Formats: sequence, structure tokens, C-alpha cells
Amino acid sequence: MKIVINQLEQIAGVEIYPIVALLIFFSFFVLVTYMVIKTDKNEIEELSKMPLDGNDDLQIDNHHN
Amino acid sequence: MELQKFTYDNRLTNLFIWATVGWGIVAMLVGLTIALELIFPNMSGEISWLVFSRIRPVHTNAAIFAFVGNGFFAAIYYSMPRLLKTPMYSKALGNIHFWGWQLIIVLAALTYPFGFTQSKEYAELIWPIDVLVVVIWVFFGLNLFATIVNRRVKHIYVAIWFYIATWVTIAVLYIVNNLALPVSLTLSYPIYAGIQDALVQWWYGHNAVAFFLTTPILGMMYYFIPKAANRPIYSYKLSIIHFWALIFLYIWAGPHHLLYSALPDWAQALGVVFSVMLIAPSWGGMINGLLTLRGAWDKVREDPVLKMFVVGVTAYGMSTFEGPMLSLKTVNALSHFTDWTIAHVHIGTLGWNSMMNFGMIYWLVPRLFKTKLYSVKLANTHFWIATLGMLFFSIPLYFAGFTQALMWKEFTAEGFLAYPNFLETVTQILPMYYLRAFGGALYVIGAILFIYNVWKTAAQGKFNRYENDEAAPKGPAKKGESFHRSIEGKPLKFTLLALVAILIGGLFEVVPMYLVKSNIPTIAAVKPYTPLELEGRDVYIAEGCYLCHSQMIRPFRNETERYGEYTKAGETVYDHPFQFGSKRTGPDLAREGVKTLPNYKPDSWHFNHMINPQKVSPESIMPPYPWLAENEIDISLTPNKINVMRTLGVPYPEGYEDQAIADLKAQYDQIANGLRSGGIEVEDNKEIIALIAYLQRLGTDVYNNK
Repeated sequence: MKIVINQLEQIAGVEIYPIVALLIFFSFFVLVTYMVIKTDKNEIEELSKMPLDGNDDLQIDNHHN
Repeated sequence: MELQKFTYDNRLTNLFIWATVGWGIVAMLVGLTIALELIFPNMSGEISWLVFSRIRPVHTNAAIFAFVGNGFFAAIYYSMPRLLKTPMYSKALGNIHFWGWQLIIVLAALTYPFGFTQSKEYAELIWPIDVLVVVIWVFFGLNLFATIVNRRVKHIYVAIWFYIATWVTIAVLYIVNNLALPVSLTLSYPIYAGIQDALVQWWYGHNAVAFFLTTPILGMMYYFIPKAANRPIYSYKLSIIHFWALIFLYIWAGPHHLLYSALPDWAQALGVVFSVMLIAPSWGGMINGLLTLRGAWDKVREDPVLKMFVVGVTAYGMSTFEGPMLSLKTVNALSHFTDWTIAHVHIGTLGWNSMMNFGMIYWLVPRLFKTKLYSVKLANTHFWIATLGMLFFSIPLYFAGFTQALMWKEFTAEGFLAYPNFLETVTQILPMYYLRAFGGALYVIGAILFIYNVWKTAAQGKFNRYENDEAAPKGPAKKGESFHRSIEGKPLKFTLLALVAILIGGLFEVVPMYLVKSNIPTIAAVKPYTPLELEGRDVYIAEGCYLCHSQMIRPFRNETERYGEYTKAGETVYDHPFQFGSKRTGPDLAREGVKTLPNYKPDSWHFNHMINPQKVSPESIMPPYPWLAENEIDISLTPNKINVMRTLGVPYPEGYEDQAIADLKAQYDQIANGLRSGGIEVEDNKEIIALIAYLQRLGTDVYNNK
């Protein structure tokens, strides 16, 4: 068996690829932004405090010695 | 609800921290060594395993996979259990991950200096070690996902999304880029050739920067900056957009490494557009990190941890501004192949990656050892030395890059190249190389202070292996929650979405390259390498020649004047792997064998130059390669090399493998006889003969080389 990458003769209009790519990203971006805006503020606040919610917050004085 | 008690084990975090510290200084010392080798080319003497081109991959791989890698593993093993309110799933998997990773690093350090390499930048590891990397990565992933499944919190904090994206994307990239057919235990040829190989490699190469040097460090940023500043991240909403936009966009940007190359225009355009758009999420992340410190800037004045983080995140912002700028074709025309690239990546590594690692470790070690930092003053000194070191490293290289690019492009009033001799453009920027080495030395001094400080901190405390915590068990899902909240709560779905986001980019970019024949116009005159040339090519790869010499003439007048006809994609179809290179410390070699071009050199020149470059060109900064005239060509693998190449699609006739050695010997007889008739003492079967055969073949297919 030969591992040769078979190349088709032609794909019509390959130039469309970047444009489709851009459109996919743009719609995706709009969707994420919409979802984020819709998210409840309290939930966001709760999430953003997750790193601080721990028992390792020993405030060791690193600043004066 | 009843609270459950559980215990965090700090052992692996601690191990990863010391691995980071240890490998960090190794990476920096090797970096300083190669910086000095560029100034003192005879430094490596006759020791083959110390020569620049063999140990440069040791430096880059140690910095990326050993220093930064171990650093973010420490961050993951510390932050994940605390964010998920559960210990890591398995200590055994953690141990396999830790020791396996260190074994990979040791194996890399034991193979690169001896010429075992795939020649793909940051993917140089030979195939058996690649297999090991994949196995260890799977063990790490099992531990990562099982911990997420075991969590006591419903939702997954943004830092962990970045860890998930890292795991998924590196797995995909690493496997796709390393697909190869083995010739022997230490040698393989990639299934891709030429321009396709280059595209896959830089798709990987760029995303190694994105998903090994950026996303996990952003995870680190989203956890440790709030910790160190004792306040939540500036905008959690921004972090969601930051995450999705970043992973979606990054994967497309790879082709910006191949602008003006033989890559089709549409693929180059795609790379440029997505690279420019990347500035938005990157700066979103930087702003989010920096604004977290709003109202805490007084702390930044005193706390070396926050200082490190501020410079780290700022360097991230600078290099993610510079990256899109370098992706613009007009800027890239100037910057590519020069020291500008080296300056750019060091803002990323010395600024962003290292400072984040230093900051995290200065924060973590006192906590793990229940003590305070041994000396805040020393840490502040380290901060200043490191910042200055980074600037002394990069600014001279920016000057070197501009200067050399402008000299390459300059024409006289009569229309001739102003600096036809490449070497003139090297000696011009040599003072900048001295300054760079000085900057690197400063950075190393800072790192030594860092090691001393964290060592003393650990020594004055006692390792606090176990920490107790308690949390309520995970409750059932609430009804009516938003879509994003619901996918965050489901790690598998979340991972699949992240995978889809990165695959879309990958597929759009890579697949058309395979499907469209018109992308790679074939050239009838291009023929496979002779067996001796193939052996010479493997010597070229093993010695790391591609690290200083490109084989890609861009379609600019100054380049075609200097090096000949620009490189066509069709000329590279038998190049497994491609050898475009990414830096011209020496001249381009794409048409080195064409007799009618100004750069052409006879066999005897190549022989003498390889043995002692300074004897031929006194100001050259190329190191000597005397062992090439002593090492014999290993012909035991030649038939198998022909077979593997044929399997990959190189049209050697059936049965040619039996003829190959006879052809090889006939060709080396001829070259060696020619050298001997010129008074050079050399035996037929030496590596240098094969290398000369390869160099004299380069670029000749499309020229009438009589």
C-alpha cells in the first residue's frame, strides 16, 4: 500500500475558503457574545470568585522582611 | 447541605516546581552558550555535540517543554483541585505524568546533540520519543478529565477551560505534525513533503506557541493573579469571549510563517487575516489580567509576585501586538529570516512565560513550605535584572533585524546589490550579538538569584504536603440556566466544542492543500534525489543546517538577484521533510548547486569551508564541522530509505533499492576523485562527500546545469 496523498484534479473556486472561514468565525463570535451578555450577573459574580474561595488563602506576609 | 471533607496533596505541585526551576536554568545556560557561539564560532572546537546547530534545539525545547511545560503543570496540579474542590483523581497517573515528562526531556537532551532529529522546529524529537510523548500526554489527560468529572462544584472556572483547550489541541497538533514512516529506530520521514510539510509544520509550530506557551499560561494568569492580588478577575464575561475567540482564531494563523513562500496565495491571505484579528482576544486577555489589579497598584509597588505578573502580562500584550504586525506581508517581507523573529519570541519567553513562572513560584513556594519568602529584596533585584536582561536581549536584535534586512534589500544606483557578499551583512550586526549575549547573561544572573531565593525559602520552612478542605457535594443541575452555563457544567460537551472550534480552522487550512492539485504545480524537470544526495540530505538534517540556512527564495528582486529564480512549490515535492528554514544566519542555499549563479562554489570550496570556515572566509561566524570528513556514510540504511521514500510517493523505480548502493558509490568516487585531483586528502565514503553531493544538487532541477 502506498501512502500517497491523492490529490483531486480541481476544487472549483478555492478562494471561497477564506471567506467562508471568516463568516463562520463571525457568526460564532456573535453567538458567544450574545450568550455572554445574556448570562445572569449573579452567576458571573459567583464564578469569578472561585479562585478566592479556598482555605489556602493564608495571607502570608510576603512584603516585609 | 452536609459538607464533605477531603485533602489536597501538594507533592506533585512541589515536584513540578523544582523541575521548572532546574530545567529553567538549563534552558537559559544552553541559550547563553549558543548566543556566545554566534560570536565565537570556534567555541565548540571539534566537539560535534557542542556545535550551535545541534544544541540550538536543546535550548528551544528545554525552554518550551521543560521550563514552561513543567511550570504550567505545577499550576494545573495546584489550581485544579482547589477550583474543583476535589483532590487530583489519581496519584499514580500524576506520578507517571511527572516522571514520564522528565524522561522525555532527558531523552531529548541525549538525542539532539548527537544529531538525532526530525528537523521540524519544536518537533525535532525522533519518532520513538514522539510515541512516548503521546502516551504520557494521554495519562495526563486521563488525570485531568477524571478530576473534572469528580468535582464538587457544578461549574468549571475559566482557567480550567484553558487547560482543557491546551490538552485537546496539543494532542491533535502533535499527532498530525509527527505522522511519519520509520526507516530505523532513530530515523523517519514525514508523510508530507515540501510545501505541504511546511504548512503542517507551521500549523503545528504556531499553535505550539498558542496552546503550549499561551493558553495554559492564561489559565495560570486567571488563577494566580486573582490569588496574588486577592481580588476576582476584572471581567469574567470578557474571559469567556477571550477564551472562545482566542482558541478559534489561533488555529488559523500558522501560514503567516510562510508568507511570500511557495504557499498558495489564498492560504497566505487566510493566515494574515486571522493573525490580525488575533490581536483582539489577545489584548482582551491582557487587559483582563492588568485591570484585575485596579485598586491594588499600591501592592504592585511592594510585591515582587505582582511585579512579575505585571511585566509578564504586559510582555504578552507587546508580543501579541507584534505578532499580528509581523504577519502583515509588507512587514514580514522585512522581518522574516532576520533576528527580528528571535527578538519577538524572546519577548514572549523571557517576558511572558518566564515572568509568569517566576511570579507563580515566588507566590507558591512560601505557601507550600508554610513560611515567608526568604528575601523580598532579592526577589525585587531579580525582577529588575530580568526585566533589563530581557530588554538588553531583544532591543539589539531588533536593530540587527532591521539593519540586516535593509542591507539585503539595498541596491546601488546602477542597479546592483549594494552588499552582494552576504558576510558583509553579518559582520555589520555582530556588535548586536555581543549585546544580546550580555542581555542573556543578565537574565541568567537573575535566574540564579531566583533559585537561591526559593531554595532558601524552602529550607527555612517545612513542606506542607497535605491541606484539608471541605465542600458540599455537587448538586443537581438547575433548570432554566443559560446555554453557556450548561455546557460549562458538562466537561465532555465542553471539550468537544473546543475540539470542533480548533478543527474547523485546521481543516479549512490544511485539507484544501491536499485536495487541490493546482496548489502544487508539478514540474517535469524535478527528479528524486540520488542515493548519495539523499544520504547527504540526512547529514544536512542531522547537523541542523536548516537552523541557519534557508532554502526558500522569496519573489523579491533582491533575493532573485542574490540567490536566483524564486522557489516554486513544485520543486519541493520530494522533500520529506521540507528544509525551508526560518532564519538566515547564513545565506539561502535553495540554489546552491546552480553553476551559473553568483553564489556557486566548487566542491573543494565546500570541503575546505566545512572543515574550517574561517580559513575560507576569515569573518565567517559558521562553526567548523571537521567530523564530517571523518564519519563514514552509513549505507546500511540506504535501500530502506529508498523503499520508504517510494512508499511516500517519491517515484524511485521498483527494485531501485538494489541498485542504490552501487549508484551511491559511483557518485562518491567521482566527487572524491575530483577533490583529490585538487590536492585534498579525503576518502570516498565520508559524510562530507554526501553533503557536498546534496548541496551541489540544490536548485539545479529547474536550471540547465551543464
